[in-house]
Amino acid sequence: MTENFFYHALKIDHKICYGCSLCMRNCPTEAIRVRNGKATIYGNKCVDCGECYKVCPSGAVYVAQDDFDNIYNFKYRVVLMPSVFLGQFSEDIRASQVYSVIKEIGFTHVIEVESSAMTHTKLTNKYISEHQDKKPLISTFCPAVVRLIQVKFPSLVDNLISIKAPVDFTSIYIRKKLIDEGADPKEIGIFYITPCAAKIAATKSPVGEDKSTVDGVLNMDTMYNMVYKQIKQHKEYDKSVSANDAPSDSILFALTNGEKRLTDCRKSFAIDEIHNVMDFLEKVENDEIEDLDFLELRACDESCAGGILTCGNRFMINDRMTQRARKLAERERNGETSRKKAIYSEEDFLIENASVAKILPRSMMVLDDDISVAFQKLTRIKEIEAKLPQTDCNVCGAPSCHALAEDIACDEAKLSDCVFIQRNLEMRNSLSVEESVEILKKIWGEEKIKDYVFKK
Amino acid sequence: MHNEFVVVEGDFSNAGKASSEIKKTLKQLNIDNQKIKKIVVAVYEAEVNAIAHAYGGTIFVDLDQEKIAVTIKDVGPGIPDLDKAMTVGFSTASAKVREMGFGAGMGLPNIKNNVDELEIKTEVGVGTEIKMVVNFL
Ligand SMILES: Nc1ncnc2c1ncn2[C@@H]1O[C@H](COP(=O)(O)OP(=O)(O)OP(=O)(O)O)[C@@H](O)[C@H]1O
Ligand code: SF4
Ligand code: SF4
Ligand SMILES: [Mg+2]
Repeated sequence: MTENFFYHALKIDHKICYGCSLCMRNCPTEAIRVRNGKATIYGNKCVDCGECYKVCPSGAVYVAQDDFDNIYNFKYRVVLMPSVFLGQFSEDIRASQVYSVIKEIGFTHVIEVESSAMTHTKLTNKYISEHQDKKPLISTFCPAVVRLIQVKFPSLVDNLISIKAPVDFTSIYIRKKLIDEGADPKEIGIFYITPCAAKIAATKSPVGEDKSTVDGVLNMDTMYNMVYKQIKQHKEYDKSVSANDAPSDSILFALTNGEKRLTDCRKSFAIDEIHNVMDFLEKVENDEIEDLDFLELRACDESCAGGILTCGNRFMINDRMTQRARKLAERERNGETSRKKAIYSEEDFLIENASVAKILPRSMMVLDDDISVAFQKLTRIKEIEAKLPQTDCNVCGAPSCHALAEDIACDEAKLSDCVFIQRNLEMRNSLSVEESVEILKKIWGEEKIKDYVFKK
Repeated sequence: MHNEFVVVEGDFSNAGKASSEIKKTLKQLNIDNQKIKKIVVAVYEAEVNAIAHAYGGTIFVDLDQEKIAVTIKDVGPGIPDLDKAMTVGFSTASAKVREMGFGAGMGLPNIKNNVDELEIKTEVGVGTEIKMVVNFL
């Protein structure tokens, strides 16, 4: 049950974690337990949504990232920059300035991830019309949602649209372009600025793929700080750098409704925030919603504007991006800029490389592959649950009485981990107070159960 | 393994509770997704019928390694002409129920198509009892 299926970018630093259990109580897939006073993650249940990162008061939850200096292993150092990155900067900082500064801090090329969004949309529409038997078709843009479906809604994996993400298309495009211009493939390093842990996990162990299209990942907050510092220090920048990779209708792709708006479907929904997504998938799985064509599902509130690594308020990021798209659309209408970008010349090549292998279910719910063993465990869970107080007090180090019952049935915990059971056993003299204290120490660590002596 | 759920008349907001619970349990047993879907869809339709056409009732779930049996027993008006009720498109749903998106007359035929065994006992003025079974093997 604890077999680790996925690479995870979210980690907990046990030197910093003080075992407050907030992350455990907020984890939407009940993937966290407290052991020895520290939060620990069950790798097969975690979907990298980042809820724990958001609530941790001590900064113990962190997102592992590649060393920045890795970029110097390459002669051609390319940044794949999502539009959300630009949305973090205040209105007086121009996109071209951000592009120019990214080059100053060490990169040779910058390209906006969303430049391939219209190609992606074209393929998505085609895919939807060709897979009417798999309705509703579900976007694979948000990797946290893909994992959520794999582990919690395995019956819906066939509904996932198996097409690469815009970041992969853009990466494939820029790599081809550089090679066509004479670059040695070994000298090309492509780095993606990520707004979240899920995208890192997806790049490190891509679902349905054996090799990633990018060479490294840079966390958005780190990059923001580097770029912002440079902007503050040098007001001057290279004005010849143009920031004009993506047409206006594509740059809102990563926001809520970004995909829905672009698909030709009669009945589609755009749903953000992981709890909303889970509630909705429950209904979809029950066939409660009729004639549903397409679902855009994002783990974060306000989609990628609310990614855990973005800097600033998600509503303001959304607004800045919307303003930018509006201004760009105006320039397109006035003929000041063309909607046809360089990337379209390679559209056929991208389309050839678009598909990914079948996405497989990785249910975290299955108690055992053998139905009779699973049935025994299920019966045990029900028996144990009946003994537990249903207070969901978390003192056992599990997020709910039900989760403890499952842990016990899978030999990951003991019935005596429950404080109510401990009192009961003490009352019957089957457990000493010392033994109870030992149990608590195992869960919450030595520190929290010190031998206080109260003196005047 | 036995489980019971209460269904309250007119409480559409809670329709689907029992089917979701059943679904979770069957996922834990690694039952084939298609089989899960069949029983979940059937229970949901019967649940909605007990809410919309009767005055609520009780759902009894019996589960073993070979099959799941679900009985939905309501207190209600009963079905005067069962053969007619079983036909696609037949519905006596009120305007209010139709407004909620139900009343296409698809529920009972849908149940029949999804389950391996179906037994309906109904008595006018007393109530309806629908027993359905999906075999896992
Ligand atoms: N539990 C019940 N008690 C009384 N009458 C019922 C019950 N279940 C079904 N019926 C009768 O049978 C008819 C057909 O039921 P069925 O579920 O097929 O369609 P519906 O409920 O009217 O519409 P839909 O299920 O498509 O929303 C109902 O309109 C109602 O008259
Ligand atoms: S939120 Fe989790 S990781 Fe952070 S301090 Fe509390 S228990 Fe530790
Ligand atoms: S919504 Fe965007 S930022 Fe949030 S997890 Fe999904 S891909 Fe990452
Ligand atoms: Mg019905």
